[in-house]
Amino acid sequence: MAGWAIAVHGGAGVDPNLPPQRQEEAKQLLTHCLNLGISALRSGASAVDVVELVVRQLETDPIFNSGRGSALTAKGTVEMEASIMDGTKRRCGAVSGVSTVKNPVSLARLVMEKSPHSYLAFAGAEEFARQQGVEVVDNEYFITPDNVGMLKLAKEANTIMFDYRIPTEKCAGLESPVKMNGLPISVYAPETVGCVVVDSEGRCAAATSTGGLMNKMSGRIGDSPLIGAGTYACEVCGVSCTGEGEAIIRGTLAREVAAVMEYKDLGLQEAVDFVIKHRLDEGFAGLIAVSNKGEVAYGFNCNGMFRGCATENGFMEVGIWE
Amino acid sequence: MGWAIALHGGAGVPYSLPPERRQPREEALRHCLQIGIKALNSKMTPLDVVELVVRELENIPHFNAGRGSVLTNKGTIEMEASIMDGNTMKCGAVSGLTTVVNAVSLARLVMENTPHIYLAFDGAEEFARQQGVETVDSSHFITEENIERLNQAKEANRVQIDYTQPIYNDTKSETETPFANGDSQTGTVGCVAVDSNGNLASATSTGGLVNKMVGRIGDTSVIGAGTYANELCAVSATGVGEVIIRGTVARDVAALMEFKGLSLKEAANIVIHERTPKGTVGLVAVSAAGDIAMPYNTPGMFRASATEDGYSEVAIWSEPIIE
Repeated sequence: MAGWAIAVHGGAGVDPNLPPQRQEEAKQLLTHCLNLGISALRSGASAVDVVELVVRQLETDPIFNSGRGSALTAKGTVEMEASIMDGTKRRCGAVSGVSTVKNPVSLARLVMEKSPHSYLAFAGAEEFARQQGVEVVDNEYFITPDNVGMLKLAKEANTIMFDYRIPTEKCAGLESPVKMNGLPISVYAPETVGCVVVDSEGRCAAATSTGGLMNKMSGRIGDSPLIGAGTYACEVCGVSCTGEGEAIIRGTLAREVAAVMEYKDLGLQEAVDFVIKHRLDEGFAGLIAVSNKGEVAYGFNCNGMFRGCATENGFMEVGIWE
Repeated sequence: MGWAIALHGGAGVPYSLPPERRQPREEALRHCLQIGIKALNSKMTPLDVVELVVRELENIPHFNAGRGSVLTNKGTIEMEASIMDGNTMKCGAVSGLTTVVNAVSLARLVMENTPHIYLAFDGAEEFARQQGVETVDSSHFITEENIERLNQAKEANRVQIDYTQPIYNDTKSETETPFANGDSQTGTVGCVAVDSNGNLASATSTGGLVNKMVGRIGDTSVIGAGTYANELCAVSATGVGEVIIRGTVARDVAALMEFKGLSLKEAANIVIHERTPKGTVGLVAVSAAGDIAMPYNTPGMFRASATEDGYSEVAIWSEPIIE
């Protein structure tokens, strides 16, 4: 039996001028999350438990765009979304429009396990959260000064911004030829988070969580809570995507990896490469994936992706660039 | 090759549906089909056609979309829809609508007038007002039948996919295949079309599940699940939303065609008969070559289809009425 494998991501599309200190912070968080997942896997935790555990950690830390540290809507509020999928029976759960729940991925899991449905949103999701007794806080908890600054910038530019972690006073002079979603990379960085795991029993799972686009319209739903787009897991693999939401939805990206493995008999890395190469057209995105054979892979067609991966045989890597 | 069109009014129709309930629905399917046929003959694009036909289906109270939508566990209306253009693969989706007369048209506006794909609940309603689409008091969508269905579902303490007739005490003697918790299914409307140049489009719309939790989103607004279109085919699915989501049903038909080289009919049949549980799903699909497929694994599915050479049919169970 092949061993376990795990991958995490903190978003695809990174400013090449990202200050070294920020890069370090991000890598440290990714390493920390990987280690959390590895510990859990070593003690026999199931894939779906591990992906939830790791994504909770990513949501709690304000570095990336999920949970605390989420991008802000045009109204300056936070609306979070997440999804989780257990490959074994392809059970899934998703939430959108969550504004007080500390860990959206856990609420998504409760939707999967404690409701007759797969996807709950907005007031209904918040109500369910209270019925389930999950930890809730004021919306202000999720808002960081960095993001308040970013929102101002975005409004001034009157554009949708994916997100950006560099403090506002530094980005004014930054020039970059790299673009995503029509915006210079210096004002774009989506930083959705995700985790995929195959456990020692060969079970795959995936989870994704995000605050969405900076300055998005209230009510806007992206790819992260959509099963088949941002998240997918089945018998053969688990996938989590990040990047331009529209491209990921149109390309049903996460499902695509599984489809080419199932229908074209491609191996995991081949499938990931195929999807990144052929399914994105002009869109930019990245993804992480694991297979039931204990393999891990990632791919992205944009400038960098915050990621980390590890396998039972001792392989471990954290990276940002190619 | 000429144009082709297929539409549905929901999968899961008990064989016991009495004539007085069957006939108005057959008429409605015929009526909507005619609208689609006229539009395609006058060279309207498939994207415009599917929107037009679904608007019509939404306006008819016999089907679970727009007026006639089933009710949430609080007796309220929450509608959702999506639309996709196979050429550009652009798509639009909306959920949680309570006052918008035509959800599918709002989905189209999201696709065309915003940088986003999907808007829901308050944000979607706000967008509707900004766009000036027709809105009415939510009571407009509520029908007596659906109030009755909700009452019955609450008494039985279950969530129903929908049901084309109120549940009588002798339901157990009916021959339809019950869903896992004893319900029959129907609900959701959709349309797919292809023109003589192979341009494809798909649209789906629904009120969701009877007695659903407030805030529940189903497959109808999830691209790849209830709706999908690319340059090979256009698909609109109906049935148990949770099954369609986990099975990425609409996308799967296209994926089988693309990656395994199957024909539309073969791909659609595999998805319906081999990859989803019996009694849960139906779909309508057209291919770029003008083929039509309308498989279902439920007792019946309200459907209709036509091709440019003059063929047309309306059907509920396995015997189509060739028009």
